[in-house]
Amino acid sequence: MITFILRRTCLALVVVLTVMTLAFVLTRLSGDLAISIAGPGSTQADVEVIRKAYGLDRPVLVQFYDWTRLALTGDFGSSFFFKDKVATLIAQRMPVTLSLGFVGLALALSISLPLGILSALYENTWIDRTATMLAMIGQAMPSFWLGLLLMIVFGLQLGWLPISGTGSWEHYVMPGIVLAFTAIPALTRLMRSGMIDALSSDYIRTARAKGLSRSSIIFKHALRNAAIPVVSIAAVQLGFMLGGSIVIETVFALHGVGYLAWESISKNDFPVVQAVVLVLASLYIGLTLVSDILNALLDPRLRGA
Amino acid sequence: MPRLTQASFVIGLGIVGVVLIAALFGPWLSGHDAFAQDLNARLIPPVWMEGGSTKHLLGTDQLGRDYLTRLLYGARISLFIGVLTVITSGVIGTSLGVLGGFYGGRIDDAVLFLITCRLSIPVVLVALAVVGLIGSSLTLVVATLGLLLWDRFAVVARATTMQIRSLDYVNAAWCSGSSPLAIMRDEILPNIASHLMVVCTLEIALAILLEASLSFLGLGVPPPLPSWGLMIAEGKDYMFFSAWVIMIPGLALFTLVLGINLVGDGLRRAFGTQVIK
Amino acid sequence: MSAILEVEGLAVRFGPTQAVRHAHFTVHQGETHCIVGESGCGKSVTSLAIMNLLARNGHRQAQKIVFAGEDIQAYSDRQMEEIRGNRMAMIFQEPMTSLNPSYTIGSQLTEVLRRHRSVSQAEAEARAMALMARVGITAPAMRLRQYPHQLSGGLRQRVMIAMALMCEPELLIADEPTTALDVTVQAQILRLLAELKQELGLGILLITHDLGIVARVADHVSVMYAGEVIESGRTADLFARPAHPYTRGLMDCVPVPGKIKAGEPLGSIPGTVPVMKDGFQGCAFRFRCASATDACTRDVPRHEISAHHHVLCHHPVTDKGSRA
Repeated sequence: MITFILRRTCLALVVVLTVMTLAFVLTRLSGDLAISIAGPGSTQADVEVIRKAYGLDRPVLVQFYDWTRLALTGDFGSSFFFKDKVATLIAQRMPVTLSLGFVGLALALSISLPLGILSALYENTWIDRTATMLAMIGQAMPSFWLGLLLMIVFGLQLGWLPISGTGSWEHYVMPGIVLAFTAIPALTRLMRSGMIDALSSDYIRTARAKGLSRSSIIFKHALRNAAIPVVSIAAVQLGFMLGGSIVIETVFALHGVGYLAWESISKNDFPVVQAVVLVLASLYIGLTLVSDILNALLDPRLRGA
Repeated sequence: MPRLTQASFVIGLGIVGVVLIAALFGPWLSGHDAFAQDLNARLIPPVWMEGGSTKHLLGTDQLGRDYLTRLLYGARISLFIGVLTVITSGVIGTSLGVLGGFYGGRIDDAVLFLITCRLSIPVVLVALAVVGLIGSSLTLVVATLGLLLWDRFAVVARATTMQIRSLDYVNAAWCSGSSPLAIMRDEILPNIASHLMVVCTLEIALAILLEASLSFLGLGVPPPLPSWGLMIAEGKDYMFFSAWVIMIPGLALFTLVLGINLVGDGLRRAFGTQVIK
Repeated sequence: MSAILEVEGLAVRFGPTQAVRHAHFTVHQGETHCIVGESGCGKSVTSLAIMNLLARNGHRQAQKIVFAGEDIQAYSDRQMEEIRGNRMAMIFQEPMTSLNPSYTIGSQLTEVLRRHRSVSQAEAEARAMALMARVGITAPAMRLRQYPHQLSGGLRQRVMIAMALMCEPELLIADEPTTALDVTVQAQILRLLAELKQELGLGILLITHDLGIVARVADHVSVMYAGEVIESGRTADLFARPAHPYTRGLMDCVPVPGKIKAGEPLGSIPGTVPVMKDGFQGCAFRFRCASATDACTRDVPRHEISAHHHVLCHHPVTDKGSRA
């Protein structure tokens, strides 16, 4: 078990380093950074000044090494636009994104788990078909459009919820629902197939032969096994949600990390963009690691000697 | 979930068919130019609402352009991007997956590593960053999405190749002296094709949704091209008064993606439910 | 010895397929009754049907299913739940997958006792350990905390037996309990079951396809073919004077050292078991039977050869070699 965790952590670190490289390369894609920073209408002299000021005259590998070295200590440099340390900016905005992610995940689980279980128990009945249809609809719905629709209905017409900003918990309801919709189809499917497999297994037949009650069989025996993959996938889904928060945060004007990235891209604020890509990717990698560990912890067969 | 009926597959096929025809012929037949502005005829509502006219069946947008024509043109853009992206990502992903599944060992480790790295990247963010830094264009969107969305192809191609690799007819081909390339081409690809087709449909739908998100945020297809996502973004400012401005392209997007997903689901059932985890 | 289980006229169908057409047998206390037959003859389905554990699309019909004097045929699910695991227990063929991988052996053992009796966890664990020791599981205290995947197949099957006995049942149904085990372990398990039967006065219904097992442990045998019990009787009688052509064929299939000669073909019954659909009439074995006649296409009578020895045949063999 310990070796398993260690090995997975090493792999995760290597992936992080690779993503760091990618993030660095990403921002150098547009050619000469100095020109982009200086903006249109700048003279050659201006560009040279900027080049020197931001250390862009050094060889690329040196720049990369420098950035990586600092990044590993949490120093992502300073933002061009905000005149603040990038790390600070990200730290300020992270709570919003994390809250949104957790709200989304909680909503998603509270819908997909019961839905998946019911679909499995009433396999091939109208309940099952309705759940499938709902999942299909959720998958086809563009998230930004759903957000706008919710805004119109709940924000404007019914006036129940605020449509932007981050004042109170109410601000997280609609964005949370939209985010949940992205995860519900996959989680429901997984819960359903897991339960169906569990319910048709030999150990459930044994449980029935022991005269155990129906609820005990479903919740104690079947669910315990069916839920294992769902729990670990939920962690991965959280990673996706955090990574994909940019659209929803922009629609609802939630000042999280995604919104920060969006602002930075439109302003060519490279240090921020680089750092955000790295941070979000690292979060995802960390969550997949958590997912693997959860999987191993929950399944006694994997806990292993 | 393999319980949607034959009916849903047919419905999906119907939707896609209708959109295809509309995309190919619609903009010609509508009698309007998708780009012709008429500032005297701005934000005319659709014909079934008060103030609508039969001259513009779906009304006009904020620059007086005929909405129906733009909608039909937008179908072209969505389908175009969807298909081209999937061709690119399909080639990349399938190659990687087949190589990894076929050779195993170090090559497979490398492929898995690449897949892991790719999955860790926040796709929307990176796509936005690329387009934002280089400048939006149709080609760039296709290239970026194509280079980012190959992961499912790789995973499925790899898993199915591994299942087939050890089967007898592949071994027979080895024994008769075929080269690895020939085996991959003649034995493996035809047999994983059905699974890949299912992935294709899902990925087309995903690409269309992603392009819409990018265009919505202003970093996808450049205006004045009428991408549905862009139409929604342009209509956002008016949505509280004229909700139809965002409802119509949104519904179009939703319907198309739903149709494609239904087709994909039907294909998955038709080809047997060998579930690849 | 009183009859613990009486079954008459049992039929089970899954949609249009008749898995069991007519099963009848009686199990007495302290007796092992074997149901023997090829794969597909409906013997496993019969055992599940008695407990009413059939799959969702299975339908059961019977003239009589009487357990310890009670007619359990019309029992609701809840009523059956009271009996299962408690007075009637079952062990299955695949010990590797019959235990829940996510719970300890101890919890799965105590669970069944606490379901049917009001005992504390400690009392339940004590009984579990005692039973585990009785069925030959070493270090029972340690086993309580172990998980199924940490045990071998033979050990798991012993756990299943212990689990079945937790509530002191009157009837034990064993569906091919040794098929998935090594030969040496098979012998141990069978011996264990025989001992327990003596000690506890259990009635055992043992399903198997292995005539060797039947010869070794059965007091009474029912031979099934294509969903019907075509012959039944005391083991000694059946083996000495098999009356049904199928039973004869089965016996001939088993090579006996010393009796077969080198160069002679091994016995076999040509053809395969047919799938039974609605509306089938007459004897199911007639397509493979050397003594089949026109009469065999009509309803088959049940002959009584001697006390407790029944056969379902138009042309039963009454003594070695001659045909009626």
